[in-house]
Amino acid sequence: MSNLTREETESLIQEVLEVYPEKARKDRAKHLAINDQSIEQSKKCITSNRKSLPGVMTIRGCAYAGSRGVVWGPVKDMIHISHGPVGCGQYSRAGRRNYYVGTTGVNTFAEMNFTSDFQEKDIVFGGDKKLAKIMNEIEQLFPLNKGITVQSECPIGLIGDDIEAVSKKAAKELNKVVVPVRCEGFRGVSQSLGHHIANDAVRDWVLSNRDGKHFESTPYDVTIIGDYNIGGDAWASRIFLEEMGLRVIAQWSGDGTIAEMENTPKAKLNLLHCYRSMNYISRHMEEKYGIPWMEYNFFGPTKIEESLRRIAAFFDDSIKEGAERVIAKYKPMMEAVIAKYKPRLQGKRVMLYIGGLRPRHVIGAYEDLGMEVVGTGYEFGHNDDYDRTIKEMGNATLLYDDVTGFELEEFVKRIKPDLVGSGIKEKYIYQKMGIPFRQMHSWDYSGPYHGYDGFAIFARDMDMTLNNPCWGKQTPPWKVQKPADEAVKAAA
Amino acid sequence: MANIMIRKNEAGGLVFYLPKRDLEDNIDSIEFDSPEKWGGELKLASGGTYYIEPQLAPARLPVSVRAKRVDAPE
Repeated sequence: MSNLTREETESLIQEVLEVYPEKARKDRAKHLAINDQSIEQSKKCITSNRKSLPGVMTIRGCAYAGSRGVVWGPVKDMIHISHGPVGCGQYSRAGRRNYYVGTTGVNTFAEMNFTSDFQEKDIVFGGDKKLAKIMNEIEQLFPLNKGITVQSECPIGLIGDDIEAVSKKAAKELNKVVVPVRCEGFRGVSQSLGHHIANDAVRDWVLSNRDGKHFESTPYDVTIIGDYNIGGDAWASRIFLEEMGLRVIAQWSGDGTIAEMENTPKAKLNLLHCYRSMNYISRHMEEKYGIPWMEYNFFGPTKIEESLRRIAAFFDDSIKEGAERVIAKYKPMMEAVIAKYKPRLQGKRVMLYIGGLRPRHVIGAYEDLGMEVVGTGYEFGHNDDYDRTIKEMGNATLLYDDVTGFELEEFVKRIKPDLVGSGIKEKYIYQKMGIPFRQMHSWDYSGPYHGYDGFAIFARDMDMTLNNPCWGKQTPPWKVQKPADEAVKAAA
Repeated sequence: MANIMIRKNEAGGLVFYLPKRDLEDNIDSIEFDSPEKWGGELKLASGGTYYIEPQLAPARLPVSVRAKRVDAPE
């Protein structure tokens, strides 16, 4: 099907909204928009970061998910206590595939679930004593941990436990970093506030720990901020940053350590990947330590080249040469990948609905493969995310914020994209509708997708999904209309 | 009154950032821009206006200051 015109898209949105009661329709209409590249500010066309409507199916998470799952969780040598009932921690454990190096349970703990397992009596009498006890147990059982974070679940805020006091006391006793994080799930409208709270906790409890201490620095120290190393993403990015002559002194928080986080203020430039979840801390470091920050995009060779040159512009000529050298080195490899997959993927249309930075960042990678993104949306984006998205997307394409299960399904039915990229909750719905699907939160158990090495895997995965022979076998054999002569042969 | 952060962008212009609302916008003009007196009315690209108490120019940007919303389109 060819692309929709502006009017058709407009009528599609109206049609989809028709099923809602009037009040809901009015609210949802603000979250759906048709992209217009001439608009500078997204708030003129789309509303974001608002409370989801009761009754619709949203795929947002909570503040706890944003802090424990996204920002703090991957810090590998700390123990993150899910403080509260057992479920929150257990059901979200290790689902994001933040890869790391280390021996789990000995010196790294990112995949494990530590919880204070609240019972009725803890709700009634408070859980502070239990928390203090847990910290001592942790110290005895896992002496190689480098610190503890307390990730509050909803009841902590409701009963008013003083986790800060417990943490301060424990930090003194254990002589380690103990960070209380007030990321109760009921805070905010989505996981986005959890990111912010986690960033604030880093600012208050971690960042200034090594101020004034000696650090053997070089003029080329950079950090990778907001790369969660999903399927090894951060490693695939780091490898050629180092090749171009930079020294990566910290990685947040995929495969990250508390020592790296404490050393971050010594960097010369903060490289920010996930703007949504870590811009807060980057802005803080810019103000307090005067470290500039820059958003980069390592999806697809076009965007990588652009980003590498922009990174190099912060440094002297040796780095600029390094960037050109890296670009030239990988060019043949990228050309081979594109030559192999572009003919198989050319002209295919993609709809995305993801979180964080991907709804805009992966567009470049799809375009490198000759594909086109016809609809995109954020689970928990804010205005500034959409500001950045409008320029990336084509005119008259669809933008949807916090889209509901129903809306996305209707959009897909009408627009009929060749590929849908979203989360696991959507995956099987669309596969059963006969539409190829990639789970783009954790790369459908594949990855890495960042960087040059990642692009090769990305291209292969997209080809594998789109050109899978199973999509031609949607109709059962007994319902296939056979050509007439073949039917006769079978009868004879 | 709201806390805002003013920073320089790559092009050298001033950028206004209101963390509470994730509002990021270019500053078109600043009323006073000398070392002794800095601040006053900020005109944003979106058409909004914010006011910061005139003060000594900050030693370096970005800087967090308190601002009053005079007029904003939203």
